[in-house]
Amino acid sequence: MSSISVSTTVNGDPVDFVCTPDESLLDALRNRMGLTGAKEGCGTGDCGACSVLLNGRLVCSCLVLAAEAEGAEIATVEGMAGPEGLHPLQRAFIDHAALQCGVCTPGILVAAKALLEKNPDPSDEEVRYWLAGNLCRCTGYDKIVRAVQAAAAEMRSA
Amino acid sequence: MRYEKPQTVADAARLLTAEKGITRVLGGGTDVLVQLKAGMVEPDLIVDIKALPGIRAIVAEAGGFRIGAAVSNAQLGEDAAVRALWPGVVEAAGLIGSTQVQGRATMAGNLCNASPAGDAVPALVAAGAVARVAGPGVARDVPVEAIPAGPGKTTLKRGEFITSIFLPARPAKSGDAYLRFIPRTEMDIAVASAAVSLTLNDQGVITAARVALGAVAPTVRLVDDAATAIIGTKLHDDAQAALAAACSAACAPIDDKRGTIEFRTEVAGVLAKRAARIAYTRAGGQA
Amino acid sequence: MAFDSHEKRQFKQVGTRPPRPDGVDKVTGRAQYGADVTAPGMLTARILRSPHAHARIVSIDTSEAEAMAGVKGVVTGRDFALPEDAGLADIAVNVMARDKALYDGHAVAAVAAVSPAIAKAALKAIKVQYEVLPHVTDVDAAMQPGAPVVLEGRALESVPAGMSVNVTHASEFGHGDLAAGFAKADRIVERSFKTAATHQGYIEPHACLASVTVDGKADLWCCTQGQFMVRTVCAALMGMEASQLRVTASEIGGGFGGKTTVFIEPVALVLARKTGRPVKITMTRDEVFRATGPTVSTSIDVKIGMTKDGRITAGEARLRYSGGAFPCGTVDMGAMAAFAAYDLEAVRTQGWNVLTNRPKEAAYRAPGAPQAIYAVESVVDELCQILKLDPLDVRIRNAAKKGTKSSYGPVFDDIGLLATLEAAKAHPHYKAPLKPGQARGVSCGFWFNFGGNTCVSLNVNTDGTVGVTEGNPDIGGSRASISLMAAEELGIPYDKVRTIVADTASLGYNDVTDGSRVTFSVGLATIAAARDAKVKMCARAAKIWGIDDEAVEWKDGAAWPAGPNAGQFPPMSLAEIAAVSFQTGGPIAGHHEVNADGAGVSFGVHLCDLEVDPETGKTTILRYSVFQDAGKAVHPDYVEGQMQGGAVQGIGWALNEEYIYGRDGRLQNPGFLDYRVPVASDLPMIEAVILEIPNPGHPYGVRGVGETPIVPPLAAISNGVSRAVGVRMQELPLSPPRVLKAIKAA
Ligand SMILES: Cc1cc2nc3c(=O)[nH]c(=O)nc-3n(C[C@H](O)[C@H](O)[C@H](O)COP(=O)(O)OP(=O)(O)OC[C@H]3O[C@@H](n4cnc5c(N)ncnc54)[C@H](O)[C@@H]3O)c2cc1C
Ligand code: FES
Ligand code: FES
Repeated sequence: MSSISVSTTVNGDPVDFVCTPDESLLDALRNRMGLTGAKEGCGTGDCGACSVLLNGRLVCSCLVLAAEAEGAEIATVEGMAGPEGLHPLQRAFIDHAALQCGVCTPGILVAAKALLEKNPDPSDEEVRYWLAGNLCRCTGYDKIVRAVQAAAAEMRSA
Repeated sequence: MRYEKPQTVADAARLLTAEKGITRVLGGGTDVLVQLKAGMVEPDLIVDIKALPGIRAIVAEAGGFRIGAAVSNAQLGEDAAVRALWPGVVEAAGLIGSTQVQGRATMAGNLCNASPAGDAVPALVAAGAVARVAGPGVARDVPVEAIPAGPGKTTLKRGEFITSIFLPARPAKSGDAYLRFIPRTEMDIAVASAAVSLTLNDQGVITAARVALGAVAPTVRLVDDAATAIIGTKLHDDAQAALAAACSAACAPIDDKRGTIEFRTEVAGVLAKRAARIAYTRAGGQA
Repeated sequence: MAFDSHEKRQFKQVGTRPPRPDGVDKVTGRAQYGADVTAPGMLTARILRSPHAHARIVSIDTSEAEAMAGVKGVVTGRDFALPEDAGLADIAVNVMARDKALYDGHAVAAVAAVSPAIAKAALKAIKVQYEVLPHVTDVDAAMQPGAPVVLEGRALESVPAGMSVNVTHASEFGHGDLAAGFAKADRIVERSFKTAATHQGYIEPHACLASVTVDGKADLWCCTQGQFMVRTVCAALMGMEASQLRVTASEIGGGFGGKTTVFIEPVALVLARKTGRPVKITMTRDEVFRATGPTVSTSIDVKIGMTKDGRITAGEARLRYSGGAFPCGTVDMGAMAAFAAYDLEAVRTQGWNVLTNRPKEAAYRAPGAPQAIYAVESVVDELCQILKLDPLDVRIRNAAKKGTKSSYGPVFDDIGLLATLEAAKAHPHYKAPLKPGQARGVSCGFWFNFGGNTCVSLNVNTDGTVGVTEGNPDIGGSRASISLMAAEELGIPYDKVRTIVADTASLGYNDVTDGSRVTFSVGLATIAAARDAKVKMCARAAKIWGIDDEAVEWKDGAAWPAGPNAGQFPPMSLAEIAAVSFQTGGPIAGHHEVNADGAGVSFGVHLCDLEVDPETGKTTILRYSVFQDAGKAVHPDYVEGQMQGGAVQGIGWALNEEYIYGRDGRLQNPGFLDYRVPVASDLPMIEAVILEIPNPGHPYGVRGVGETPIVPPLAAISNGVSRAVGVRMQELPLSPPRVLKAIKAA
């Protein structure tokens, strides 16, 4: 299997990497670019732990070929906090204890950010359906929904 | 395995035809990557169609819409005009997987993956949608129900692929709906499903209908008897019961981890009834 | 250590909700979980697994794989030592099969290679010749005479002669005269139940990285609930001394009991030793489901007698559990827990463990209890329905309390069951009207809680801050709770304390994070270590002031002269004492080592409102409330989190989660698409009501809270569904086809 070289943009930075044709974007992020924030909970699109934005769309990076990243813009959890500090969602997750083990958290944060950019004032039900592809086995989702709503309220008033 | 991203339909067809080994067209990849991961298929060539001209566009045509084969369901769901004309189809496509899966998955991929449980397929069949097939020869138009040949198999020939799906114009006072049964609220594959598309006259009597069932047979079922059962009625209780009975009678499901024969047969009728009520209301009828 | 009741303690920090210390790492993607580390020169290993439920391994030919470019090492069962201890030997055989593959997914060989792709390709080149044997996956079928034999000669002496060879274990608990008890009943209900095996479903698959040097020193990084347990087991399987193996626990992406044993760690170590290179193994989700521990699957009979006015006169249960292909004592827990919530004159439970061709059971939150209590609470509910009694009143009437001789022997000390039941009864949820078609289910739950071996060091830094070193992975906010207890005890702000989880070379032995023990035991040891440090700091102050050690006391974060003859000195704060510690005798640290007991049992009560679609059998949970005694909620957010998370796992178990086996004995649903854990849109908010009935066995009154909440949902939901559809449901999960069938049959 011959390798492919890919030029892409990750969290605003240009990145070049080499991958095999059957490699997933998740594997490339984790193993080629050293970005281990996105997690592999299943590798088959079922858990959402690998969520990233690909050209602005929320996707499972385990369901994208690394080769498809050529010329694309990718955003991962590592790009959420700026020099000014944590993103309101990140703060809300800590303040509302919306994580226990935390392994689902990067994917949920990326997904929730995408939601609030599209819908700044979602209902609880909209939050729950939007996040249905992000499994969390620890929290029962209660505090996650509250944290997303708290961050949404803060972002609306900002 | 090779990965190619051709820029023209002709190149794509040429690549697919020339390859002697196993090929896969890559749409949203939400089936292809899962199959790769599971080792279910080891393709020699993957042809990513997302760079083909027009493949990601939704275009108004002859009162209907032509949906490019690489239009993601998320993109489709954001198109208010398509949703207004064919709400059942857009909802069916919108049920596929999570928000993340929606960002990638396509109706064409759903159709060509040829799972008996594909959610977009019954709605497309009920809508009378037509797939445009490109390949080594001239492009041809094929009714969507003629694409799946059995679980995981299509009638597409070597080198052929779908470039768009056409949703036709429809008369006034028409409505469609799709419902599936899953044990959870999200993230499941349909255990049984039903799509209904119908048209009313000014009196609220159904003048035309198409009813399609999913996950109850090796391929999607277009159930003429079910349509007959409601045509000429105002979808009163007895018409609904006849519809449900016709649907259940058309089922030839299997027992598997997702459901029993008994359950699928029963629930397909229930879903058809409920979908018909929604479609009827959408068409402007007072159910 | 006893509860500090004399102090009638007003807590200053315990009971508040500060941000967790590892929060920033975990919301930014910096926290390193099992699969997140690499080492220079690292190899990747993959494991070959049996496609058969039961097969003799005739031969394994690895020569072709070994000859492949990039393959550095192949191992099979022969490469592992077989420890004498039967429990360890079972783990060894589970880690890698020897003469027989005992379940679909049982490991038979492993390959380490320079890339994942080569390792994967090499697996295909290994030729295993199997002789397929008859298999059995159902617990009742495995008990039948003539059932396929999973393992021979594993029955303990407690098993009566004449039972199936697959029965390995028998136990019995109870007291009183059953016949006399049933004779007093106005109504007796006897029912049989079945529950499917479920999986912990942690989102992080098992992962580890091992390195072994030529002089026999080894390092292992892995996600585990107990690095010391990993060291003990791996050292035994490797035939090495514990001191030579250092195990570091990564951050852990969920465990729920499932990471209290080893699967891939010994394989990585053996391959690392064989190849001389670091070896990383990460399980796929498919491997997690097929080869790591699900719960027991069960079949249970329950018989209960009740008087017209709701007094339980006798209770009896027979429990048949299967812990998979290896002997398993979990049925004891079920037999002990079944009737724990009740104060009974006559009670008996009998349990048997049965071998089946399924993966080896691993603990899952309150192992063994949810199934047994589901069966008992279902029958209690049915009696309430028949006798037209309020289900909470009946439970209040029969509730175990201080002084009750429990159904499993011990006499209860202070327990919170009655208070919990009364809180549920008084809550608006219980009074809220139900709409037509809706129903409300109720259930009690119970778990023992454990203490165990614990060791904590507390270092006072010269800048007035404190480091706590503990030995249990932080699975859901325990660093925060431990920091809070240290801060409380020392009288310094929470943010002056940093708690870290040590590797096995840096601290004495700690039992695994199980039995809801961490906040209890590590908290207890932290408080004791802080008290040890305070004594030392008082002595330093005494030295500075030139007075007797006994004339100094610790108050509000400072040493004070105390007593009439101590003299007049301004108090010295922790920071002031620490700053001069090098001049007063050197660094200051407190330690505590204990095998903690007095964990204090825990009870919970759940209320669930639901409705069932009569045409499809689908259940929707509308409202859910959890009432539980936490003893003392150190960080209430994380106590609520345990209650909510446990309840939702129980909801999944009740409604849709199950191991589905085909006729071929292979697992049909080894993925999250068809192993259906609850998703966010399935659920309402989960209201958590914490009660605080102090545990007399802990200085702050803490009880474990992590396990009890998974117990009541099974019956709470089944009782609700049974009431909604008018049919008593007797099998879990309550999947729509099963419920619809029951509705149609009624
Ligand atoms: C987590 C998860 C949940 C899912 N849930 C659902 C669900 O609820 N309902 C459901 O129906 N499906 C579901 N799926 C399956 C999948 O998402 C759908 O079938 C989807 O519509 C496939 O579209 P795609 O563009 O991603 O297809 P791809 O994976 O790109 O392709 C699927 C198949 O079609 C072929 N193909 C793709 N495009 C074309 C084309 N233009 N011409 C010819 N052949 C083509 C491919 O070669 C392949 O064989 C789920 C998948 C995942 C991972
Ligand atoms: S790892 Fe991608 S969805 Fe689970
Ligand atoms: S916090 Fe553990 S999976 Fe969500």
